[in-house]
Amino acid sequence: MAEKVLMKGNEALAEGAIRAGCRFFAGYPITPQNEVPEYMSWRQEEAGGAFVQAESEVSAINMLYGAAATGVRAMTSSSSPGLSLKQEGISYMAGADLPCLIVNIMRGGPGLGNIAGAQGDYTQATRGGGNGDYRTFVLAPFSVQELANFPKKAFELSEKYRVPAMILADGILGQMMEGMSFDFEPVDPKTLPQPCWAIGGKHADRARNMVFSYALGEGELEKMVLKRAERYALIERDEVIYEERDTQDAEVLIVAYGISARASIAAMNIARANGIKAGLLRPITLWPFPSKRIAELSKKVKAILCVEMSMGQMKVDVDLSVKNACPVYLHAKPGAFFPVAEEIAIAIESALKGRKDQLFNIEDLAKKAENKIYAVNNPVCKEGALL
Amino acid sequence: MPKIEVNETRCKGCQLCTKACPKQCIEISDTFSTTGYYPAKLAKQDCCIGCGMCFQVCPDIAITVFR
Amino acid sequence: MNAITKRPSSLTQAQFHYCPGCGHSVVHRLVAEVIDELNIKDRAVVVAPVGCAVFADKYFDVDSIQGPHGRGPAIATGIKRAKPESIVFSYQGDGDLASIGMAEIVHAAARGENITVIFINNTIYGMTGGQMAPTTLVGQVATTAPKGRNEKLQGNPINVSEMLAQLKSAKYIERVSSDSAPNIIKAKKAIKKAFQNQLDGVGFSFVEVLSICPTNWGVTPLKGLEFLREKMIAQYPLGVFKDLTVANKEGK
Repeated sequence: MAEKVLMKGNEALAEGAIRAGCRFFAGYPITPQNEVPEYMSWRQEEAGGAFVQAESEVSAINMLYGAAATGVRAMTSSSSPGLSLKQEGISYMAGADLPCLIVNIMRGGPGLGNIAGAQGDYTQATRGGGNGDYRTFVLAPFSVQELANFPKKAFELSEKYRVPAMILADGILGQMMEGMSFDFEPVDPKTLPQPCWAIGGKHADRARNMVFSYALGEGELEKMVLKRAERYALIERDEVIYEERDTQDAEVLIVAYGISARASIAAMNIARANGIKAGLLRPITLWPFPSKRIAELSKKVKAILCVEMSMGQMKVDVDLSVKNACPVYLHAKPGAFFPVAEEIAIAIESALKGRKDQLFNIEDLAKKAENKIYAVNNPVCKEGALL
Repeated sequence: MPKIEVNETRCKGCQLCTKACPKQCIEISDTFSTTGYYPAKLAKQDCCIGCGMCFQVCPDIAITVFR
Repeated sequence: MNAITKRPSSLTQAQFHYCPGCGHSVVHRLVAEVIDELNIKDRAVVVAPVGCAVFADKYFDVDSIQGPHGRGPAIATGIKRAKPESIVFSYQGDGDLASIGMAEIVHAAARGENITVIFINNTIYGMTGGQMAPTTLVGQVATTAPKGRNEKLQGNPINVSEMLAQLKSAKYIERVSSDSAPNIIKAKKAIKKAFQNQLDGVGFSFVEVLSICPTNWGVTPLKGLEFLREKMIAQYPLGVFKDLTVANKEGK
């Protein structure tokens, strides 16, 4: 086990990727992930890999498409608006069954939003995000330690199933410094087998390979999509990763990932000190989502509280898992606002006692909006009319 | 004597070879090929000089030149 | 009597799906002959575009990757940087390269990527049905410019070769034509040079090939040749726009 050092999240992630054997990186500047390309710009060269600062996120993801097709461990990183641009290439890579690593250090949205950490890209990440019927692995670290060690896991999963992998973290994790260590020996890329499907290089000893995502013959595309669906089903069965804390006797189950889970752990302790038995399930793979375990726990607890920095995007997956076995509540901090343990603790109590404090309720939200929306022909059209 | 052979299953009857031939040896058939085109054919005896111009312009590599 | 012409071995036996008279397949043959002659079949990679040449991967008997519209030069960059011993060429049409992929081609040239780009300019979107391209001539009719391209509304065509030649890191830029046997032989020479440059580590090499699209121009292939010679070459003069080949060979 390596010694513990202090590292910034984004840099730990970059170093972790290098140690996982990543030898190609293409990226484009965007806050709050800039330390990743900055670190890669010198570290790839040192490691004998390639670094390209692309002219756009669109170009960066397509450079990744080319590099990943050669079978090297390749990655790109960006932040929310950049990920929107990358969807084209992610869809192509999913369609071409290429392993690769895409990192999203999320910031506030929609649009330009802001540059603070957020979790508003959950749906985009877990549903594929681009065009067509596909998924990507989504790993959600909650510490610098995990940011550093997840790239290796992501590459391994991605290669095993030939499904692109994403690490979905937030700007807070990317920017914070923490003691961490690498829990694996550095991977020498030369020891990794050259995949049989890879293109490029000199290859007198094999037939040509073709990397593509199209199938125009009648029924051909359906076959490709179904083959992928089989792999997705296997992944959903075998590759779910999550962490549980104090769920044994829990009456309220918190479901939270990433930085929200850390605030939730603190909140759980406050709740327990106040006599409420709170537990936590932290999804580590957001896709595949730990639906089965959440469904089991939903039969034992009185309520489930989703804590997320988005307006219930993850709660949709929890609702789908729970199927009304118990009430599911939402404590949300949208707009790149950090969840606060004390507020979550109140939300835990509200969830248990059927109160409203610190919870979002869709009906209440609708009522707030109904008297505020100005019709287009309303003579009063002033700034903030919709707010 | 040089000659050309037209692969009728590849020829799409675009006629580019008929103009490229410096001796105007090539004409278009008046019968369909199996692929539904009027293919090119070497129309005149002892005309071809084996220059290969028709091969150069043929988009479908349907012409083989013999010399 | 012996056959003096043959189908290059770097092409598969697949029948081209291109329309009668299309210039794409002529250029396919030239590229394949060059791959044969340079003996690089076991290390060549074609990056197939979106457009009529989308199935280039079915025709070239080499490693292939089919990419999103316009992104060929970015994909080629990724392959070349990851596996420098590969000989990578991006094959693109004018909608792909000069419109949606303008950023990718300009920046690949600006970075001086050691790749080869074959650019087919037929002044129109072929696959989607004859819409106006950035290369469409003023006055030329397209399905999205039914009265002809209007300079006041749609501006003037983009001369990609001249534009890229301004970039310091672009090493070889030539425009050729596929309208006649002599020009096709010249085109092959340019294509061969663009590949040889990559082998020699010269850097970014780009060949623009003027080509006919009889189907979407609404003319016979022979009439198409007339349009190319009379109208296209006036807008897109043939020639070498940049050649830093000798100065940039590795080890010189």
